[in-house]
Amino acid sequence: MDKIPKIWRDNLITYGMVIAIYAVMQILISFGLVSRLMQGLLVPLCIYVILAISLNLTVGILGELSLGHAGFMCLGAFAGAFFSKITVEAITFSPLRFFLAIVIGAVVAGFFGFLIGMPVLRFRGDYLAIVTLAFGEIIKNVINALFVGLDDRGFHFSLSDRASLGLYEDGEVIINGAQGIIGTPQDSNFTVGIVLVLLTLFIVQNLIRSRDGRAIMSIRDNLIASESIGIHVTKYKLMAFSISAALAGVAGVLYSHNLNNVVASPRAFGYNMSIMILVFVVLGGIGNIRGSMIAAVVLTLLPEMMRGLDRYRMLIYAIVLIVMMLFNWSPQILAWREQHSIKDLIGRVRGRSRV
Amino acid sequence: MSELLLTNLLNVTNLSISFGGLRAVDNFDITVKKGQLYGLIGPNGAGKTTVFNLLTGVYRPDEGKVFLDGENITNLKTMDINKAGVGRTFQNIRLFKKLSVLDNVKVGLHNRYHYNTWEGIFRLPKYRRIEKVMNEEAYKLLKVFDLENEADYLAGNLPYGKQRKLEIARTLATDPKLLLLDEPAAGMNPNETKELMETIRFVRDEFEMTILLIEHDMKLVAGICEELTVLNFGKTLMSGETNEVLNDSRVITAYLGE
Ligand SMILES: Nc1ncnc2c1ncn2[C@@H]1O[C@H](COP(=O)(O)OP(=O)(O)OP(=O)(O)O)[C@@H](O)[C@H]1O
Ligand SMILES: [Mg+2]
Repeated sequence: MDKIPKIWRDNLITYGMVIAIYAVMQILISFGLVSRLMQGLLVPLCIYVILAISLNLTVGILGELSLGHAGFMCLGAFAGAFFSKITVEAITFSPLRFFLAIVIGAVVAGFFGFLIGMPVLRFRGDYLAIVTLAFGEIIKNVINALFVGLDDRGFHFSLSDRASLGLYEDGEVIINGAQGIIGTPQDSNFTVGIVLVLLTLFIVQNLIRSRDGRAIMSIRDNLIASESIGIHVTKYKLMAFSISAALAGVAGVLYSHNLNNVVASPRAFGYNMSIMILVFVVLGGIGNIRGSMIAAVVLTLLPEMMRGLDRYRMLIYAIVLIVMMLFNWSPQILAWREQHSIKDLIGRVRGRSRV
Repeated sequence: MSELLLTNLLNVTNLSISFGGLRAVDNFDITVKKGQLYGLIGPNGAGKTTVFNLLTGVYRPDEGKVFLDGENITNLKTMDINKAGVGRTFQNIRLFKKLSVLDNVKVGLHNRYHYNTWEGIFRLPKYRRIEKVMNEEAYKLLKVFDLENEADYLAGNLPYGKQRKLEIARTLATDPKLLLLDEPAAGMNPNETKELMETIRFVRDEFEMTILLIEHDMKLVAGICEELTVLNFGKTLMSGETNEVLNDSRVITAYLGE
């Protein structure tokens, strides 16, 4: 059967798109055709794309609602930056240091995903939405109040202020409360961002097309039927949710290493950010990985590109939102797409229908 | 065959559950022998589906015991009851609608073929080997139900009759000892029903399956069930050989009303 190749073709299109965009951007940059502003957007774009893909794993593939994705990103950002800051002298080979920071960010965020999912995912209903919403806010606030210092005697922690760390003279403040972490090595760049996007895609797409992924999607489609054929529902819910959180952590590491100073601000890690990522997923089509990537890119670029047209910006933004909604969800347009998609044409020529 | 029939596979005693004031299932007993095709019938609302939900752990019984092949499965979780060997279908079809027909069956194979998450993500050799075996196994089952040409369709896009068949294929994939079918012929036309009867018989013989089925279609029941239990208002009205039961005046009254 040509089922496997067909899936591969589909996945390859997605990888190809990412690589093509990367190549085009690199060429444009080398000809000096990309503005400073635009160049500054490249890494954030990668971050949003990773966030959108990873949230789609929870929302579209597992079928649970999470409103705290930015919280996991925040954990990854701080865990990774913390690690990089204390090892910046010990590990001078920056790719290795950044690699380790990414692993740590992913593990910390994934572990918290596991901790939160553990009690919540046992229940049926939208408890996850409520708990993740609270979690995101709590994480942000805790980090804002957290002081961590390092001197000869080791680490010092405080939740009140810098002075109560009681550091020696040679000691260094690593996390400075609401001022966050200052002086993280700037290891992020567009190339690394693209590599991480590809890695995220690779993990999510391959997971979906595996034994575990089928179990996860079966829970989404019909939980009772899933149990009736012996699927360990809680286990697979936890797996999907933790992987999703870990990947948000990776986006966080990319974020914190793109700035000199990472702060747990509401703008970066608050509720609005979580909702924005959710909007990428919903507009891109729930469960549609490629769609959520495109939505993330378009919705990030549009407001930036239309700064000149400030007066009409919100209007155009709204129109695009509506058009994308229609395109993804209207039954007529779905039917039209069914009939006119290239893949289906290929399928018809070969005389077989497709999934 | 006769030797097979000597041993009991399912042994249920005294099974009861109430919803609020309603005694939906009241002191239900049943013994199904290995290899038997057993029918559970009764008017609408009699409690038949509730019996299936009790047997599969969807509901916890207030009283009673369920033994499968000598093992007490009364208070196990749904998942573990399936692992112990009970497969079922649902009256209101429950397929994984956004998965392909093939994948529906492959989810059913989940606990019989293993590779871990990393082997799956990184497409290691074990992934390829096991997926190949799973595909072969799944296609074998799809062939039994004449669904192999629809393998790549979304399950939700199948016509009704085929959805019913796919549900049976999916649960057979878990390799159960006992198959519970809840109104497998509901919504099928006479031709499809006839075909389904053949398939059910085939499954029993080919897989040496024990089947307990709920059905309103008396032609199907009379045609393939060897023994019947009749439920009415949660209580067992009678059980016995098919012909005997279907001709009993109490059963006829229960169905036609007073
Ligand atoms: N979860 C529940 N909560 C409350 N009442 C229930 C529940 N499940 C079933 N019942 C009630 O129990 C009774 C038996 O229902 P059940 O679905 O078992 O009937 P049935 O014999 O399968 O009928 P049908 O032939 O129509 O499928 C009905 O009165 C039904 O309303
Ligand atoms: Mg019923």
